[in-house]
Amino acid sequence: MAFDYDKYLRPGKLPHIWCPGCGHGIAMKGLIRAIDACGLEKNNTAIVSGIGCASRLPGYVDFNTLHTAHGRAAAFATGVKMAKPEMNVIVVGGDGDGTAIGGNHFIHACRRNIDMTYVIFNNSIYGMTGGQFSPCTPTGAKASTTVYGNPDPTFDISKLAIGAGATFVARTTAFHATQIDKLIAEGIKHKGMAVIEVLDDCPTTYGRRNKFRSVVDMMKRLKDIAVPVAAASKMTAEQLEGKVLTGVLYKEEKPEYTQQYAKVIAKAQGA
Amino acid sequence: MSSPRVEVIERYCKGCSICVEFCPTKVLEMDAFLVKVAKPEACIACMQCELRCPDFAIKVFKD
Ligand SMILES: Cc1ncc(C[n+]2csc(CCOP(=O)(O)OP(=O)(O)O)c2C)c(N)n1
Ligand code: SF4
Ligand code: SF4
Ligand code: SF4
Ligand SMILES: [Mg+2]
Repeated sequence: MAFDYDKYLRPGKLPHIWCPGCGHGIAMKGLIRAIDACGLEKNNTAIVSGIGCASRLPGYVDFNTLHTAHGRAAAFATGVKMAKPEMNVIVVGGDGDGTAIGGNHFIHACRRNIDMTYVIFNNSIYGMTGGQFSPCTPTGAKASTTVYGNPDPTFDISKLAIGAGATFVARTTAFHATQIDKLIAEGIKHKGMAVIEVLDDCPTTYGRRNKFRSVVDMMKRLKDIAVPVAAASKMTAEQLEGKVLTGVLYKEEKPEYTQQYAKVIAKAQGA
Repeated sequence: MSSPRVEVIERYCKGCSICVEFCPTKVLEMDAFLVKVAKPEACIACMQCELRCPDFAIKVFKD
């Protein structure tokens, strides 16, 4: 049966602004299905973003939403969670927003293990501003600012999140649509900082510069590079060359930040 | 059982052709930058098109 997205969308906002074939739309639908599967109440859920194409998402969905400053989504979300620890806090945004200008906020939210779900839409580029390279642009790839090919090494967002202290880290792609909602739902249920990296496509500013003939070609590439973690353990380093691992990459239980902070408040009040 | 119903919301469809490419039974076709349900009877309600449409533009109803 067709899924009823309308129940979670603000009326009259479609069609959205994203370009034909932009993976952000696929990821947004996955997020909505995950919220539905977890039964989150609209009034008790906040969706927070920074700036970028991905960060336009909160404008479309009918929850408590904040569209904030570039790179600052995790900081605003931390504020919401500290003020209202019972609220479900979900952050959405792009690779540029989360790992370039917002890299610091991102790693420190991970380090604190604050209970939020951060869905990062990694299309390897600054889509909104015309295709400048981001820390996630592959080495050698073309961007408007790397016309001779990108000389920089690339951030692996999931590894960055694990290294910084996030206690649930998962990755999927826009091709693997049903996995998007499963992993986000798992992240929502996890008590602590959950990071879900969705590899997606920006046909407009990345695809056309990097010899993808179509959106479909970009989707096929996402299909080809993804290797589920379980399958990867049986593969050689050679076979894994150029692939990315998908599924739950890391999970542990650790003290959560708002709960730790509640103890500080209790102490300060002489309890 | 009747075959599933595939509905395209034309004002949302941006003609990316993702649904056409990944439909396993070739139900869908591109027609002047919009999707056309060319072979409705071949639909197996696998939902591949609906799940991957970035634009909320295609819906599959089973009964
Ligand atoms: C302080 C500040 N610096 C720069 C910008 C310009 N800017 C807007 S969006 C963006 C990058 C967005 O890239 P990403 O987060 O990857 O999102 P995408 O558009 O790819 O979805 C930049 C640099 C800004 N809005 N504010
Ligand atoms: S510029 Fe890229 S990221 Fe932005 S809406 Fe278009 S395809 Fe999506
Ligand atoms: S539900 Fe499956 S078979 Fe039917 S049109 Fe969509 S992709 Fe094709
Ligand atoms: S995937 Fe959606 S937007 Fe793209 S052609 Fe099909 S119905 Fe249209
Ligand atoms: Mg981006």
